[in-house]
Amino acid sequence: FQVGLLVSVKRFFLFLFEIRVKPDKSGVVTDGVKHSMNPFCEIAVEEAVKLKEKKLIKEVVAVSCGPQQAQETIRTALAMGADRGIHVQVAGKDYENLGPLQVSKIMAALAKKEEAQLVILGKQAIDDDCNQTGQMTAALLDWPQGTFASEVSFEGDKLKVVREIDGGLETITINTPAVVTADLRLNTPRYATLPNIMKAKKKKIAIMKPEDLGVDITSRVEVLRVDEPPQREAGVKVETVQDLVGKLKDSGLV
Amino acid sequence: MLPASRYSSQAHRCIRALQTRQTEHAVPQLYTALQRRACSSLSVPRITTHYTIHSRDKDPRWEGIEMERFADEADVVIVGGGPAGLSAAIRLKQLANEHEKELRVCLVEKASQIGAHTLSGACLEPSALNELFPDWKERGAPLNTEVTEDVFSILTEKHRIPVPMLPGLPMQNHGNYIVRLGNFVRWLGEQAEELGVELYPGYAASEVLFHEDGSVKGIATNDVGIAKDGSPKDVFERGMELHAKVTLFGEGCHGHLAKQLYKQFNLRENCEPQTYAIGLKELWMIDEKKWRPGRVEHSVGWPLNRNTYGGSFLYHLNEGEPLVALGFVIGLDYSNPYLSPFREFQRWKHHPFVAPTLEGGNRIAYGARALNEGGFQSIPKLTFPGGLLIGCSPGFMNVPKIKGTHTAMKSGMLAAEAIFPQVVAEELDSETAGLHIPEYAENLKNSWVWKELRAVRNIRPSFHNYFGLYGGMVYTGIFYWILRGKEPWTLKHCGTDADQLKPAKDCTPIDYPKPDGKISFDLLSSVALSGTNHEGDQPAHLTLRDDGVPVARNLGIYDGPEQRFCPAGVYEYVPLETGDGMRLQINAQNCVHCKTCDIKDPSQNINWVVPEGGGGPAYNGM
Repeated sequence: FQVGLLVSVKRFFLFLFEIRVKPDKSGVVTDGVKHSMNPFCEIAVEEAVKLKEKKLIKEVVAVSCGPQQAQETIRTALAMGADRGIHVQVAGKDYENLGPLQVSKIMAALAKKEEAQLVILGKQAIDDDCNQTGQMTAALLDWPQGTFASEVSFEGDKLKVVREIDGGLETITINTPAVVTADLRLNTPRYATLPNIMKAKKKKIAIMKPEDLGVDITSRVEVLRVDEPPQREAGVKVETVQDLVGKLKDSGLV
Repeated sequence: MLPASRYSSQAHRCIRALQTRQTEHAVPQLYTALQRRACSSLSVPRITTHYTIHSRDKDPRWEGIEMERFADEADVVIVGGGPAGLSAAIRLKQLANEHEKELRVCLVEKASQIGAHTLSGACLEPSALNELFPDWKERGAPLNTEVTEDVFSILTEKHRIPVPMLPGLPMQNHGNYIVRLGNFVRWLGEQAEELGVELYPGYAASEVLFHEDGSVKGIATNDVGIAKDGSPKDVFERGMELHAKVTLFGEGCHGHLAKQLYKQFNLRENCEPQTYAIGLKELWMIDEKKWRPGRVEHSVGWPLNRNTYGGSFLYHLNEGEPLVALGFVIGLDYSNPYLSPFREFQRWKHHPFVAPTLEGGNRIAYGARALNEGGFQSIPKLTFPGGLLIGCSPGFMNVPKIKGTHTAMKSGMLAAEAIFPQVVAEELDSETAGLHIPEYAENLKNSWVWKELRAVRNIRPSFHNYFGLYGGMVYTGIFYWILRGKEPWTLKHCGTDADQLKPAKDCTPIDYPKPDGKISFDLLSSVALSGTNHEGDQPAHLTLRDDGVPVARNLGIYDGPEQRFCPAGVYEYVPLETGDGMRLQINAQNCVHCKTCDIKDPSQNINWVVPEGGGGPAYNGM
């Protein structure tokens, strides 16, 4: 089954890092903070490479939209086993305003251009937790989608996807070409080992701009303000149940 | 990366399951051997699972796992992406470009990005930088804060005695820059990449490789994908071998590979043992009204007693926002096992001279690192067949100035200049397969580094007298300030730091105040600010040679000093589940790679080895 596959990777702060809001409340401080690939995107890349190793996929192309440093993220994907990369250059203010709608337009354009049969993304990014890009990409392409995938397999020329949903697991069969978004339990991503990083330097990364794909990336959303979550107040200990009820009544909650 | 090994690891898991009876039989034997050694009737819970202590050769879980490594050749391999390593790499490439020669220089660094494990005060003396990049200002080096005010105090519990900063005193900072060393190192990394150095952050050098003739062949990076109990996971991959004509080791203070090399090549036979201090640091965003950019404050005295070496620093940075870098340094030759460097630091911040600067401010970063205090007397033999040592690893810190960056950079540059002609030579003229470059040590002895360290060599040891701190200051005043260190004698240190602890019964516990959550803080919230993290499912990289020693000796005689000197809360003595007795719990994920435990453990039982690359603190411009 010869299929080309696009996998989208996003670069953001390493999780469990202390984030600071910028003094002018326009966003968070990004200078010098350790960045790496979004964990769900790592799982997506791993799945793509696994499918290639099973010879169900012909070629894995890793895509990232962003400034110069996005190339590092693509290199990591290449080191994990992707064949080539595409870096869509978006920098500065445009990058700060780049949201799921714009990225999915770019992905849709690329999927058509590369004649990909499968697009895999992480289910959501850990910076905005939007969980929208995969779904929007599928809608723009008018392709079926298998989101929150915890298992992906081919059945003939259809794709069987086991999805993690609130009630449990849902198994669906969708036609290809399709869009899949990866959830946590899909796989355990492999390490990008040093020999592979070295080999990845020889793999090609094509660079292009959104205009080259005919995509308009103006944002429809404007961020008004970013605030830190309120400091957690100390709790109040009460001695008896009567006290508790009394306090609840006093604060108007009961 | 061989698919065959992956399948066979699956198959071998089944074999392993069938073999469990065999393994179970093997393990009690280990326990009884330990019991005999520990002379205790209590069974010792197994703590250490790392393969450097429990070899994989005889471990049945590792049977059939592909252990061959991919190898690659470079001209020069540098271990450590700090000021020394990067300066050496840059200088090598500068020389290569000048002479139009091809040179492959590879640098491995355990941090996930260059600068993420760098922590220092710091007041940088730009001497070495001026030599490396005379045009550093145009290149955008982040030296933004010139020192404008220099203040030195002796603190008592409530008051402060000012000490005039006369020109010529080692602590005087005129002409220096307050820098965020992590940002400076990151900038050096960018310069190195531009020159064509291959930088590999996120890959730790975990093993030194040797040729048949005993010379150093290169290094191997860490294996990945080993589970916490020491068994291979599905994603197990062997590290990679990097071979080189000569390998430079710039691991910083108390590097773990350097520790092995000292033994292997007997490099310390003619020098004193290295002595150390621990430095803890925080970054604060303070109230603008309190901000005095360019101001440098140092203090000695309270809260330390006169026989414990140490002091504080507080630097006002000038990078557009009211940021101060402050911290506390304590000599690790302290004798009271109840001393907690972290809590001394927190306590110091409440002093009436310090607290007003911090009131209304916000703490945004925390970290800690050991630093060298041995100076001139502790410099080991620097070269050996196949390699050499640069930077704080052998230790070129000027202790009274508390500056080591400029000398580390210079040592890296001198190393590059010494090895360049030999590495690009058409025919390698060497007795051993790995090049031996004693010219590096010669050049160093003829440079300003040597003169500088020699002049201050007696200041630190002069603190070992009855009057402690005050005796030392008097000595400095007379012999350094007036006589410029020309006295003919060289004072000795007192032995290793680990040997200085007195048994707990001979010492009094220190009553530290509780952190108030505004100026002083508890340990765990501080560790969270360091951004440190490690892959959880890997063997603890703080390995014990003997699992029974902590409870028997460290806890029994010294009341477990590691629970106090570790600035990250890695070591905890917790009650056994059975109720009677204690056990050591190692929270390896908290480790900030400061190396203090390896230095100060009175039993020298803890051996710090490098964890999976990429793990550790995530300092941002510390």
